[in-house]
Amino acid sequence: MNKTPERSLLNTAALPLFWCSGCGNGIVLNAMLCAFDELNLHAKDLLVVSGIGCWGKADDYIKSNALHVTHGRALSFATGAKAANPKLHVIVLMGDGDGTTIGGNHLIHTARRNMDLTAIIVNNFNYGMTGGQYSATTPANALTSTSIAGNPERSFDLARLLVAAGANYVARETVASGVLLKNRIKKAISKKGFSVVEAISPCTTLYGPRNNMRQALGMLNDLKEKGIPLAKFKDDEHIEALGFFATGEFADNSADDFSTRYEAVRQIIMTRKGGGNG
Amino acid sequence: MREAKLVQGNSAIAQGAFYAGARFYAGYPITPSSEIAEEAARKLPGLGGVFMQMEDEIASMGAIVGASLAGVKSFTATSGPGFSLMQENLGMAVMGEVPLVVVNVQRSGPSTGLATKPAQSDIMQLRWGRHGDQAVIALIPGSVQECFELTVTAFNLSEKYRVPVIVAPDEVVGHMRESILIPAPGELEVLERKAPDCKPEDYRPFSFKPGTVAPLANFGGEHVFHVTSSMHDETGFSCNTSNNAALRVAQLHTKLTAGRQDIVLTRAFDVDDCDMLIVATGIVTRAARAAAAQARDQGKNVGVLQLQTVWPFPDLEVKAAAAKARRVVVAEMNYEGQLAGEVRKVLPDPSIVKGVNSWDGSIMRPDHIAAALAE
Repeated sequence: MNKTPERSLLNTAALPLFWCSGCGNGIVLNAMLCAFDELNLHAKDLLVVSGIGCWGKADDYIKSNALHVTHGRALSFATGAKAANPKLHVIVLMGDGDGTTIGGNHLIHTARRNMDLTAIIVNNFNYGMTGGQYSATTPANALTSTSIAGNPERSFDLARLLVAAGANYVARETVASGVLLKNRIKKAISKKGFSVVEAISPCTTLYGPRNNMRQALGMLNDLKEKGIPLAKFKDDEHIEALGFFATGEFADNSADDFSTRYEAVRQIIMTRKGGGNG
Repeated sequence: MREAKLVQGNSAIAQGAFYAGARFYAGYPITPSSEIAEEAARKLPGLGGVFMQMEDEIASMGAIVGASLAGVKSFTATSGPGFSLMQENLGMAVMGEVPLVVVNVQRSGPSTGLATKPAQSDIMQLRWGRHGDQAVIALIPGSVQECFELTVTAFNLSEKYRVPVIVAPDEVVGHMRESILIPAPGELEVLERKAPDCKPEDYRPFSFKPGTVAPLANFGGEHVFHVTSSMHDETGFSCNTSNNAALRVAQLHTKLTAGRQDIVLTRAFDVDDCDMLIVATGIVTRAARAAAAQARDQGKNVGVLQLQTVWPFPDLEVKAAAAKARRVVVAEMNYEGQLAGEVRKVLPDPSIVKGVNSWDGSIMRPDHIAAALAE
C-alpha cells in the first residue's frame, strides 16, 4: 500500500479505543474501516449492527448508520433491516459469546436463509466483558473463570459449522494478518448471501494469562504459529487439541440469497389469479 | 368504497395493519395467533411487502425493529409464551423509540397453559413485562370491527409517539367471525412518522426535552444515525452520565403523558346516571353490556365502561364514569384482578370495587357479572 489508509468512517471523537492494550479488536476495526474505504462505501450506504460484548462496542468508533442491540440478537435486527431495504450494506459485529453462544440459533438460521449480510465475528475464546467465562468457542480443557480446572465442554469449529449451515462465504484469519483480514472482509462485503469472517483474536487480559500466555506479543506469535492455511493443514500433524486451527476460505459459493428467492416466490404469487390478493 | 365482509378477528387485525401501511411482518407460529401470520404471508408479497417466518419470537421481534428503522412499518403477532420471549427485544424498541406493533392474542396460562382457550391474564405483562423503567401503549379490541380499527390506531400511535404499541385481543375476539365494514382507503386517518427536515449533519435522532418526540430518519436515507439499546444521548451514541440517563428515561414516559388525549381510548355506555358501574375490556365488555341491560330492565342504573386502551391506564375516565357509583364491578378473565387493582388505585374509595373473575379458560358469561350486581 503506497499511502496511509484514510479510514474515513473512523469516529475520531470517540478515541482512544476502550479495549485493553494488546487486544485484537483494534486490528479488526482497522481492517474493516480500510475495507469500507477501498470499496468506496459511504456512511449512508452502510448499517453496522452490533451486539453486546467487547467487540460489540465497535459501533461507537464508526460514523455510518449503526444499530447496537441486545445480547446475541444482532443478526435478527440485521435481517429485518436488510429485508426492508435490500440496498443497505449490513455489517454485523459479534463476538464468540454474543454471536455463537447465546446467538447460536440465529447464526445457523441466518446461514440457512442465506441472508445477504456480512458478519464479522471476533473469536477471542471467552467472554471478555463479563470477566472471562467460557463460551461456545473456548477450547476443551481451557481455563476460564467458570472452568477453573479445565473446560468440560467442547468447542464449535465455527467456520465448519457455518459452511454446513449454508453460508455463501466463510473465511477465518487471525489478527496477526491484518491485510489478509481486510481482504477477506472486502470479499465478504462484495459477495451476495451470508458471508462470515471469523477473526481469531487474543484476549490479553483474561484468556491469555489464565492459559499460560502472559504477553500480548507472545499471543500474537502463537496465533501466527497455530493458524495454518487450509491447503497446508493436515489433521494428523496440526492437532486441534494442541491449539492448531485452519485459516483461509472455507466456503466461496454463489447460491441465491433470501431476497432473490423471496422475489421469485413473489412473482409466482403475483401471476396467480387475483394478483396475490386472494 | 366501504366493503361489508364476514371476517375473523385475527384476519381483521392483519387487514387493519395493511390498511395502516404495514409492509413487513416477521413472526413465529403460535396458537391462537397464527392466522395473522398466514394472512401476512398471503397478502404482503402482492402489496410489495415482505413476510418472514423467523426461527423464534426473539428473532421476530428483532427483525421488526430492524425493518422499522429501515423505514418500513412493521408488525408481529404471537401469544403468551411467544410474547414472553419477545420482551427483551421489545424493551430495546422502547429504548430506541422504534415505531412498531406487536399483537398478543391472549390465551390461558400460566406457561404453555391452555393453548386454545381465552384469557385476559397478560394485562400486567403488557405494561411491566420488560425490565427497567419503560412505558408502552396497549390496546384491547372487543369486536372484529375494533380489531381492524384499533390496529390502524395502534400503527398511528406508534408512528406519532415512536413507541411500540401492543394490540392484545383475547382468544375469543381473535377467533370470532363477525360482519364488519372495511373502511374505504382514506376513510380512516393513517399517520406517517415525522421525517427530519434538517441538514443531515444537524440531525439528532432523539430529543430528551420532556413531552417531545424527535423526527425519525430511515437507515439508508440521507440522514445517517445511531440507535442503541444501551444508554445514549440525543445523538444516539453511548453516554453514561447520570444526568443524561435521568433525562433519557423521563422522556420515554413524558412523551406518552403529553399525548394522553390521543392515546387513552374508552367507550362509555349509560354511565351518566349510573350508580353501579361495570369496568371491562375485550370480549368481557359484551357480557358486561348484556348484564347491564338485564339490570336496567329490573330498574337498576347500571353503566359500562369499556377500556380500549389499557395502558397508559385510563385513570381519569374510570374516575369520571364512577363519579356517582356506589359499586364498581371490574369483570375480567384472570385470577387476581389485574384491572381491578388499577381501578382501586384511582378511585377515592377503593372499597366500592368488586372483582368478578374467571380463570378456567372459558368465556365470561353475563350471569356471572349479574350476580355481582345483585348482591
